[in-house]
Amino acid sequence: MSVLGTRVVRKEDPRLLRGEARYVADLDETDDPRLVGLAHVVFVRSTVAHATIAELDVAEALEAPGVIGVYTHADLDLEAPPVMGGMLGPDVVRPFLADGRVRYVGEPVAVVVAESVAEGVDAAELVFVDYDLLEPVIGVEAAVDADTLLFPAHGSNVVSGFGAEAPDDLFDGCDVVVRHRIVNQRLAPAPIEPRGCVAVWGGDDGVELTFWTSTQTAHGVRSTLADRFGLEHDAVRVIAPDVGGGFGGKMHLYPDELITAWVARRVGRPARWIETRSESMLGIHHGRDQVHELAIGGTRDGRVLAYHLEVLQDAGAYPDIGAFLPYFTRLMAQGTYDIARVSCRTRSVVTTTTPTAAYRGAGRPEAAAAIERAMDLFAAAVDLDPVKVRRRNLIPADAFPYTTQTGATYDCGNYPRALALAVEAAGYDDLRDEQARRRAAGDPVAMGIGVACYVEITAGPGAGEKEFARLTIDPDGSATVFTGSSAHGQGHATAWSMIVHDLTGIPMDRVEVVHGDTAKVEAGVGTYGSRSLQVGGSALHRATSHLVARGVEVAAKLLDVDEAEVALDTETGTFSAESVSGEAVGWDEVVRLSGEPFTEAHEFVTETPTYPFGAHIAVVEVDTETGQARLVRLVAVDDAGRILNPLIVEGQRHGGIAQGVAQALVEEVRYDADGNPQTANLADYGLISTMELPAAELVPMETPTPVNPLGAKGIGESGTIGATPAVQNAVVDAVAHLGVRHLDLPCTAERVWHALELARAEAG
Amino acid sequence: MLITVTVNGTERTDEVEPRLLLVQYLRDVLGLTGTHIGCDTSSCGACTVLVDGEAAKSCTILAVQVDGGTVRTIEDLAGPDGALDVVQEGFRQEHGLQCGYCTPGMVMASTALLAETPHPTDDEIREALEGNLCRCTGYTSIVASVRWAAEHADGRSPGAGSADGPAS
Repeated sequence: MSVLGTRVVRKEDPRLLRGEARYVADLDETDDPRLVGLAHVVFVRSTVAHATIAELDVAEALEAPGVIGVYTHADLDLEAPPVMGGMLGPDVVRPFLADGRVRYVGEPVAVVVAESVAEGVDAAELVFVDYDLLEPVIGVEAAVDADTLLFPAHGSNVVSGFGAEAPDDLFDGCDVVVRHRIVNQRLAPAPIEPRGCVAVWGGDDGVELTFWTSTQTAHGVRSTLADRFGLEHDAVRVIAPDVGGGFGGKMHLYPDELITAWVARRVGRPARWIETRSESMLGIHHGRDQVHELAIGGTRDGRVLAYHLEVLQDAGAYPDIGAFLPYFTRLMAQGTYDIARVSCRTRSVVTTTTPTAAYRGAGRPEAAAAIERAMDLFAAAVDLDPVKVRRRNLIPADAFPYTTQTGATYDCGNYPRALALAVEAAGYDDLRDEQARRRAAGDPVAMGIGVACYVEITAGPGAGEKEFARLTIDPDGSATVFTGSSAHGQGHATAWSMIVHDLTGIPMDRVEVVHGDTAKVEAGVGTYGSRSLQVGGSALHRATSHLVARGVEVAAKLLDVDEAEVALDTETGTFSAESVSGEAVGWDEVVRLSGEPFTEAHEFVTETPTYPFGAHIAVVEVDTETGQARLVRLVAVDDAGRILNPLIVEGQRHGGIAQGVAQALVEEVRYDADGNPQTANLADYGLISTMELPAAELVPMETPTPVNPLGAKGIGESGTIGATPAVQNAVVDAVAHLGVRHLDLPCTAERVWHALELARAEAG
Repeated sequence: MLITVTVNGTERTDEVEPRLLLVQYLRDVLGLTGTHIGCDTSSCGACTVLVDGEAAKSCTILAVQVDGGTVRTIEDLAGPDGALDVVQEGFRQEHGLQCGYCTPGMVMASTALLAETPHPTDDEIREALEGNLCRCTGYTSIVASVRWAAEHADGRSPGAGSADGPAS
């Protein structure tokens, strides 16, 4: 029986559970003898949102005890590349340390190197910065027309866009057209381990810089470091030790990390930077932050004919990936529905806030939230049940592959079945009955039911997504996987061992999985965007299959039979042939007698993305006197193709749902009108806890995709895509009978209470 | 200031700065890096250890405050051969961890809960772990892990896998 599809507990767990993991902050000379005498890096950061720097004086800090050096932009011999690949012209750059101007609170202004962190912090306090304040630019709508420009050379705060305005005739023939402005708020990825890195210069084998960093993409960081320092890529070794979560926030090299490497070279000592949580909440790029104007139109009997989504994306101060993520929002705008006319225009603007980039879901949760709110607004306008309206408009199961109006081609799916499974598991009709009873009885705790259908894109946006894998089998019959996919909680060691065991019969505990070290793994992309199994796992599947074919060749010689006659028993890892019964050879013999290194590498290149899908139903209770919403149930149908290890997949679903619910009810990065962050630590940013989350009810559904050998799609982000609109719709539904039509995210007690007050006042 | 503390069954005497936090003492002075730091507002619970048998966030306590007391950290739970104790095993069986960063704090907080309430309800587990944040799991599997540990304790006190026995 194949191990694939079975519940295998993780082999990476014991050392994590014993406290033996080595995160960046834990590294010392026992990890590498060169880490003796670490210098500590502390940053001086902008305390204002927008200003020119009139004076920057480090003299007093230089005299402080334990200080090794203090540096500013004037000291740097590094050239910052233009942002967005030069799209805004060669002069629009993000300086590694502020170059006479700051554009968000938290921007690095100067760097202190000291013998201890405490001395570094003390000295940083002594760096004198005199700011001449400029007007802050806060809020995307204000930024579009603001007189104050972040980059005057560019001439506008609008930095990128996709698509066009809605054509004039888009809503022709519609009985009903509903329009609404909705907000998809800014969030913080907030991995529990903040960022950190250690840099050492000099060493053996031509490696000039060794860099340990908490990253999702060791090879990408290696290439960026090499480019910045003008080194050959092989001259930089990047190691991701244990990494305490990423969620998109650790996808590339940040300026403060580059500066740590620069400082280590400058002072001629190994250097470490570990960010504090307060730094992290301003430093790790934020996610989401779109304002939508949506319009949906159709017939009175519930058929949707046209949809337009207008997106304004806040890119933050220095446009990064966040400026491009609306591409995904546009691509997925149509969701799971068969709609004849769809248009979507996106514009990204810069503001004086932390830059935005990928955060779990990255552009797709925004699309799902918009279309799912639109469907509910439309359902309310035509006075039909939201499930009925969805059923009426879902893409039929026999329509795949299905190409949307914005150019996505969905590989496979069955959206009506996903919704039907969720409706059945939730007991939807009974829930509606209960709601009606409670409303009739005037229950002050209102019950709400929310539905969301979703489809998302993983391993995209187009063809050509790559990942590398090498499998080596040693003469003792043990195997080593070298994967370019870099795990930080996703369970690669277990999943990759399962793939090798399934194809070779080598026991899982004799398979070692090596990742996150550019000196050991010759190529790689990394772990993000729900890509690991379908791209990295497929690469390993291919490499392993090639090695098995070689094993068959050698075994045929050993057994003195035709290759066609050789069978590999994947339970025992032995080769045999019927004509020579009683004889069997193991991998150890095959490898020893092959007389050459037994290793195969494969780079898997995708031909098409995959489109995971599902349906979520949420049940909430809202205290109509306080506005407090409580999630009571969350039923989730998530179809991510063939499942390799249900244990890991369920973990990804629960974790994603938690972050999706958090967006619906709790979390929000806030700035005041002057650009001061209001949520710069975990006391002010309400990271969701055990008490706000019931156990999600997971309903299985598995539709294998034909586009890769594992039949797998991505599962890492589904929860953040389906759960948010389901919960948001539920909260609106709970108070709809009191006159509330929409609530923006997150549906906090304050926001719900205000909406109820307004509705009561309007009702007179 | 000179302090004497029993850490994981071994008595330690060290000269420490009065401003040194317990978590810094454990990590930087004793090299017990299994206890993690995740915030600076005592919100996340990654640094949870047992002080005199009770769960405590070691970033909220000065090292000098535990003078004469006992501290247990994650490194003390497994047996001398590395065998996981029942709480650790529960986390493994029920997938109560992903990246592992919050895990030592979660396990120590769970250990304290089970010492006081050997058979907690799910609500009691959630309440006991409210001060420990996890960004990976969504908590459902953590609650299941603690339940597993309660069901499999077999009369052993949680943490009894240690060669030194419970510190309190």
